[in-house]
Order: sequence, then structure tokens, then C-alpha cells
Amino acid sequence: METQFSGILTGILAFPFVAAIIILFIDKEQKDVIRTIAAFATGASLILAALVFFTYDTEAARTANAGLIDSGSGLLTFQFVDKVTWIKELGVSYQLGVDGLAAPMVLLTGLASFAGVMISWGIEDRVREFMAFFLLLVAGVYGVFMSTDLFLLLFFYELAIFPMYFLIAGWGWVELREYASMKLTLYILIGSVIALVGLLVLYFQAGAFFTEHPEELDKYPELQQVAYSFDFNHIQLAAQLGAYNEANYLGLGSGVTLARFWFPFIFLGFAVLAGIFPFHNWSPDGHVAAPTAVSMIHAGVLMKLGALTAIRLGVQLLPDGARVHLPWIIFLALTNVVYGAFIAFRQRDFKYVIGFSSVSHMGLVSLGVATMNTTGMTGAGLQMFSHGVMTALFFSCVGMVYDRAHTRDIPSLGGFIKKMPLVAIAFIIGGLVSMGMPGLSGFVAEFPIFVGVWRGIPDVIVKNQDWNTSLTEHGANYYGFIAIAAALGIILTAAYVLRVVGQVFFGEFDEEKFPDIPPIRIQDRVAIYMLTAWLIVLGVYPKLMSDMIESAVQPVVGLLTGSK
Amino acid sequence: MPELMQFNTDDTRGFLAILPEILMTLLVLIVIYMDLFLPPSRRKSVGYMAGVGMLVIGGLAWLLVPADGLKVSEQLVLGGMVRSDDLAKIFKVMVALVGGLTCLMGMGDIRLRYKGEFYALIIIATMGASLLSSAADLVMVFISLETLSISLYVLSGFVRRPETPNPTQEAFASRSAESGMKYFLFGAFTSAFLLYGLSLLYGFSGGHTNIYRIGQALAVGEQDTAPIILALMMVAVGFGFKISAVPFHFWTPDVYEGSPTPVTSFISVVSKAASFAVLTRFLLAVFPPEQLISVPLDQYKEFSEIWVQLFSILAVITMTLGNIVALSQRNIKRLIAYSSIAQAGYTLMGVAAIATTKSGDGAAAVAYYMFMYVFTNTLFFACLILFTNATGSETIADMAGLSRRNPWLAMGITIALLSLAGIPPTAGFVGKFLLFRAAVDSGLTWLAVFGVLNAIIGLYYYLVVIKVIYVDRSPDDEKPIDLPAPYGFVMAASTIAVVLLGTFLIGPIVNWASEAGLDLFRL
Repeated sequence: METQFSGILTGILAFPFVAAIIILFIDKEQKDVIRTIAAFATGASLILAALVFFTYDTEAARTANAGLIDSGSGLLTFQFVDKVTWIKELGVSYQLGVDGLAAPMVLLTGLASFAGVMISWGIEDRVREFMAFFLLLVAGVYGVFMSTDLFLLLFFYELAIFPMYFLIAGWGWVELREYASMKLTLYILIGSVIALVGLLVLYFQAGAFFTEHPEELDKYPELQQVAYSFDFNHIQLAAQLGAYNEANYLGLGSGVTLARFWFPFIFLGFAVLAGIFPFHNWSPDGHVAAPTAVSMIHAGVLMKLGALTAIRLGVQLLPDGARVHLPWIIFLALTNVVYGAFIAFRQRDFKYVIGFSSVSHMGLVSLGVATMNTTGMTGAGLQMFSHGVMTALFFSCVGMVYDRAHTRDIPSLGGFIKKMPLVAIAFIIGGLVSMGMPGLSGFVAEFPIFVGVWRGIPDVIVKNQDWNTSLTEHGANYYGFIAIAAALGIILTAAYVLRVVGQVFFGEFDEEKFPDIPPIRIQDRVAIYMLTAWLIVLGVYPKLMSDMIESAVQPVVGLLTGSK
Repeated sequence: MPELMQFNTDDTRGFLAILPEILMTLLVLIVIYMDLFLPPSRRKSVGYMAGVGMLVIGGLAWLLVPADGLKVSEQLVLGGMVRSDDLAKIFKVMVALVGGLTCLMGMGDIRLRYKGEFYALIIIATMGASLLSSAADLVMVFISLETLSISLYVLSGFVRRPETPNPTQEAFASRSAESGMKYFLFGAFTSAFLLYGLSLLYGFSGGHTNIYRIGQALAVGEQDTAPIILALMMVAVGFGFKISAVPFHFWTPDVYEGSPTPVTSFISVVSKAASFAVLTRFLLAVFPPEQLISVPLDQYKEFSEIWVQLFSILAVITMTLGNIVALSQRNIKRLIAYSSIAQAGYTLMGVAAIATTKSGDGAAAVAYYMFMYVFTNTLFFACLILFTNATGSETIADMAGLSRRNPWLAMGITIALLSLAGIPPTAGFVGKFLLFRAAVDSGLTWLAVFGVLNAIIGLYYYLVVIKVIYVDRSPDDEKPIDLPAPYGFVMAASTIAVVLLGTFLIGPIVNWASEAGLDLFRL
């Protein structure tokens, strides 16, 4: 394996990391200095992230992945690669790179983290610790999106979880924070450590496979030439060559292979963080208890971390497992969409509405993944970005209202458009996005997902008839039903969004109850403008992102279709 | 009868192999003389002498202790008494460095500060631990183990009644005396078991004391299996006590709570680390798995499956019990005592995995885990002493508001706890990762699943402590806590070690630990 180093991705990672350490050594009374450093670091990362996003070469990615797209064989390719051997004994290397799915996520992290620092300008309690943890969290999130090595990914994944705990427990909403932060941490870590065992099994199986067939490695000189390696491509290659397909795994019967046994643990283990039903319970409490900036990162970015990792390590590494299990996991996704929307409708607490709406919208992402076709999965990728920006905007609006009104009880609020017109308009735009209004990013994302589901039983299942005959022969096309039922979720979304808009922003403003509404800070405005702009731009010109995402989704579909 | 294991007669190698122990003996003499002849006003330099001296010896051990050689017979020196390999070296460096940090830590404890005997005993105990990690002979194993243990019994009951009446100090003194007595009684009892087991092995092997020769002799299989397993069990009791494995753990919470805190720290790291070193070495030498049996025989007996089972079960009950009981603790020292039982359980996973991996992954994982664990616990106890000195309390609830009173202290405790919980970027993450990896590699996936679930339970109670530090408020919020010099140094050094071991130094140390693991798999 040759060392490559373009440095951009390392730069994105280094800014928040180094800034977090610098901040620790600054006197705690110098609050503005601390805030400025944090803003500078997240801003610099955002600029680099934008650079990555806008200069990502979609055509080159398509060409490089041609083998995977056509026949499901070959290596995944990444751009802006930084690659250095780290722990040779274990086959661990420091490998960063982005593909068409990760690049928008990196940009999203940049937007949400910069906006988060801007929104947190008003925090006065232990600013130094808050910003240090926040930047550490941001660095961890960037790391997960950019890692192309399993060990590195897990390292950053766990690194991202624990600052979350501190931020929520230390600066969150007093009544709920201890309960919510502990619940969130335990849910997410239980999911990830069980997945970890599964991934270790894959690693050793791949290692044993390449020890027996070293000639397979020789074909790919760009890989580390050792049998045991944590490189994604290494493990993925073993999957292509059928290393995980031995029947009767653990003596569980002829239909059970290693891939089919471990897929649910790995996929659902990470999907916990994407809020998949029935493991979504941590998420609304977590969102509500967190301080505004952390809610933004949390719902906006962290849940995508779960979704992307589930695609990366679940679907991509274990395509055979995906084909067996995704047809039932789609029901979990459906439950997310509809159930989340119902619960959101019933909430009195402004922030809980948004919390449950996240559960509902992340269900659409899982739904898109479960279609196993290019259209649906592209929609899922777009939805990740669109929902990330939208939720960040929602939570910042909620935070601004709450900071001024000191209550989030919907019936007691009202008429806030008169006092905070900008926030109201931003919230309404976000609401329209979440309803899937054409011309905004929500439509661009949700429409392909529904098209993908409506196309019925995935082609990849029909093509691999040998093992899943019951689905294809009996013609149970329940996907159409799922599309219709999920569309119900959209109607409910419209209902709860309009209810909130109507009761919070319109209606009578009670001067007596809210005598003093301070104006919005300039930093808040910056955050709102920036986030809203992306929702509109993407809605008007979806090609900006959809091509890129499609170029990364096609190889995954290729793997699902072509591999054994 | 196969050819007997030969020993290396190179005297230079023999000398260098025990050089750290020789230097430690000299250091003990220097410390005692300084204590005798220095005026009380300059007694402080005794602590510095001991602490810095040990750190230097650690460095010298790293530079000078020989670890080369491709065969066991080349590495066995001094008549087969010790084996100088990478496993011995990594543990010698580890215990010497941590012994030094403990001396510096003791300088801040008012009950220990001006007592030369304290430093002398710590150094003697470290010397025992250092010898234990390279011991390759039954006699050596027992002597070094007792050198370590007897010093620790004394240290544990070290606090004496104050000359002027002072209720708090008297309470401390009586708890300390109680813990010393308890530790001694348990220790003596299990030592007897160990000794009996060792003498059985001596007999069954036909009169060998070198553990590799015993391994050869037992593999020939002229003896009945049952009594040999009995001997194995008895040895397991002896070592199980030292590493506080369940069900030999009953002394742990009381001794941890009663001993002066620097001694608690020392017991929890040095004694445990050296015992794990000798345990891995002993099991692979005396009851070798198939690939390590050096005799060319058609028929041989191998006992490794038995002890793999035994230690897998010990690992599961140790970590589960440790973690679950820790959940209900209110005293921070008792919490960390149960946590250390749980940590021993994780490490036992690595011990169970050593037999079934040819590459030595299990032993490497144990070595790395102990390497990071000693620094982590040292960091924790250094912070704890500071906290206790300032508040006079050891309950978790009293740690409220610590992050406002001294952010560095709060961060030190947090990093230590996160490392124990196995969260990156601290070293604990890599340590746990290696242990789970070793378990999965040796086909003990079920054990790894138990391990990760236990790690979650562990995370819960560590996070509760962190929460108290960062979230809860106390009336003393505005009273800052000072950070005196020796602590500052111990805290900074161990924090840097914990973080570097979890990030930039993973490569070299894992490399070293892998070498150590490979050494155990030489014939």
C-alpha cells in the first residue's frame, strides 16, 4: 500500500481538534476569545468541507466504480484520500476519504457545527468546557464520515458519543438532562459494541480467507498486502469473493450464513443512532434535553452518522445479509415514519414536536435504503442532507423562541411572528421542507424515496431467486402498500407543522405574559440565513447533490445485485 | 524421556536481565540512609530521590534489559531462574515507572510524606513485582511473589495512630490496620494454596523447578490427569487472589478503602500487572497448548483446554460481579475497587485467549491492557488524593462541583474514568479493542459478547461519577483546590501517557506487546 496524502480531509479534522485543545489553555473569563476561536475553527472546516463538496469529481467516481456498478466486483473508490499506515500489526491504517455519500455529509457537518457555534454565543456558563466538548464532538463526527478504515471509524464513532453526554448532562434542560443523556449514551453504545463484535468476526473471517487465497490480494496492489486488515475495501472484497457465505453458520441451519447472521446486529446496531423503531426511544428525549447547538448537531448530523454507518458497514459489507433482512426492516422504517408523525402531532412541548418529527423523517431515510434500488437510495442520501439542515434550522428557531419566552408549551405561546419575523419565516420554510413542498429540498429528497418504494420488490431480490423464493413466487408486492402507508406520514407532517406554526407564530401575542422579548443577535441571523439558503438552493437545483449521491449509491446497488 | 530444556550461561545477559532489580536494591539502601541522616527539614528530598530514581530505573530497564533471542533456551538465564524476553521487559518498565509515580504521589499524603520506610517498602515491592514478571522457576515465582506481598501487607496497614489525639486520623489508622490484617490473612491463606500447588507440580514433574522443564515433563503424560488439574486449580487460587478474580476478591474493597491512597493505587496496578505477567507465562509454560509442546512425541497430554475453560468462566463471573456490585457503591474507593475487579475480568478474557491463538494475540492484549491500565489507575488515584486532601471525604456525592473548583483535576478524573470505560481517545479503547479482538480470534466470540455488554454496565457507573463532577452543584463551588507540584507532575505524566497510548503511541506499544506475545510462543 502506498502512502497518499492530500491533506484537505486531515485539515477538516484537525481544525476543531486543535482548537479544542487550545481552548482548554485559555483563561475561562476570556469568553469572547473562546467563542471566536471556536467560530474560526468550525468556519475553517466549513470552508474546506465546501471545497471538498464543490470539487468532488462525480464523473471520475463513476468511471472508477464502473466495475462495481456493472458486475459488483472491484474496490470502492474514495477521493481526497489521506492514507498512512498506523498500526501495522493489526492492519490498521489512518485512512480518510470521501465518496458521493460522505461528501454532502461532511458539508452538512460543517454547516451545522458553524451554525451551532453561532447559536451558542449566548451561553455564559463554563464557556470553555462547553466549546471544547463541542469541538471534540464535531471532530468525532467529521472523523466518522471521512474514515475508510474500520478501526478508525469505530474510534471516531465512540469519540463522538461521549462529548454528547457531557454537553447534554452539563448544559441541557435541567428537568430531563440526566435521564436523557444517560439513556442516549447507553442506547447508542449498546448498539455499537454489539456491532463491534460482528465487525471483528468479519475482520477475522476476511483475514482467514486471504491467508488461504493470497492470490486474490495480489490483483489489487493498492490494498495493504496483509491478510488481516481493517480497510473497508479489504473486508468488502472478502464479501465479494464469498468469504461470508458458508452455510450452516454456528450450526444454525443451511440457510444461515455468517453474512445473514450478523447483518441485523451490525445494521441495527448502527441504525440505533439513526433512530430506527423500536430503538428510537432515546432520540426525542435526547433532542429535547440538549442545549440548542447540541440538538442541532445531534438531530442534524449525529443521526446521519448512524444512517451512513449502517449503509457503509451493513449494506455495503454484507450485501447478502441486506438482501435477506431489508425486506422486513422496511416495516420498521414504515413504523418510524407513521408512528413518529402521530406522536409528534400529540405533543404540547414545542421541542418534542421537532424531536418526534426527526424520528419520522429518519424513517424515510431507512425506507429509502430498504428499497435497494438506485432511485430510493439516492433519495435516502438527499433526505439525510435535507433533513440535517432542516432540523438544525428547526432547533435553532425553537431555541431562540425558548430563550426569549422561557416556555415551550405550545398552547401558551402565540403571535411570535410579530416579535421575531425572521425566526418565524425560517421556521415556516423549514416546515414546508418537511412537508415535501416542491421547490424546496424536502420534495427533492422524498419524491425519489416514494418512487423507489413504489417500484415494488427490489430487482436484486428477483435476480437472486435461488434463496428468497417465497417473496418473488408468491408475488407478495407489499412495497406498494408501504408506499401508500408512508405517504400518510406526509399528511400527518403537514398537520403537525401547520399546528405548530399556527399556534406559536400566529394568533394573539400576549404582551403581559412576555413583556420583554430581546432582539435576535447577529450571530443567530448568520446561522439562519446560511441554513435556509441551502434548503432553497437544493430545492431549486437538486442536481448539485443528486448526481454525486447517485454515483456513490450505484456501486452499492451493484454490490447488492452482483455479489454472491 | 525428551531432552531437557537447556539454559543460557551467558553471565552478562544474566546480569543485565536483573539489572533493574539490582538498581532498586541499591536505591532502597540510599533511601534508608537518606532517611536516617538527613535533618527533618530536608526530608522532602527522600521522596524525590525514590520517585525520580525509580523513573530512571524504568528508563534503564527499557534501554538495557535484553530481550533478543529466538529460542526459550537462549532467553532463560541464571540457571533458568528468570527469562529475559519482551514480556518481562514490558512489565519491568511498567512497574518501575508506576512505582516511581507512586513514590511521588506519596509525597503529598501527610501521613506518609516524611517516612523513609514508606518509600523503601514501595521500592522493595516494585522489585518483587519486577522479578515476578520474569520469573521462570517455581522458587523464583514464590520468592518474588512473597517479596511483593509481604511489603504490601505492611504498606496497607501503614497508618499509625497520631501522637496527638485526632478522631479523623485515628479512624483512618484503625481502618488501615484492619485492612492490613485482612490483606495479610487472605494473602497468607491463598499463598498456602499456591505453595501446595507448586509443590505438587514439583513432585509430578519428577523433581524439576524450572517451569519449562515441568511443562515438558507433564506433556509426556506419565502422571494421572486428575492430580495435575488439582495442582492447576491451586495455582489458580494463588494468582486469582493477587489479581482479585472472583471468588477470591473479598479482600479487595476493604483493603482498597482502608489503605492509604497511594498504597491502594500501588496494589491496584503493580501487584495486579505483575501477577498477570506471571500468570500468562506460567500457564503457557507449565500447561502448554499443542503448538508449544516441545517434545517430539506421538502421544502427549495437553491441559490447555481445561484452563481455557476455567479462565473463560472466571473472566465472565469476575467482570459481571465486579460491574454489578460497583453499581451500588457510594464510596469512590470502593467503587474503584469493584471496577478493578471488573477490569481484571476483562483482562482474564485475554488470558483465556492466549492458548488458542498461535500468534500470541491474547498475551499481547494482556500486556497492552495492563500497560494502559497502570497509568490510568495511577492518574485516577493521583486525582483522588488531591480531592480527599481538600475535602476530607471519599464519597462520590462530595465530588459535586469539582469541575468548578479545579477544572484540571476534574479533567484528570474524567480522562481516567473514560479510559477505564474504554472510550477513545483514551488508551482504554484500544486496550478493550485488543482484548475483544483476541477473544474473537480464538473462537471465544461468546466471551467477547459478555465483555462488550459488561463494558456498557461499566460505562454507566463511570458516567455517573463524571456527571456528579460536571453537573451537580455544591455549596463549596467557589472554593478552588490547589495543585501541588509532585501531583501536578504525576497527573500530567499519566494523563499524557493515557492519551498518547490511545492515539499516537498505539503503533509502537502494540508492536512491543505483540513482540512480547510472540516471545511466549517460541519453543
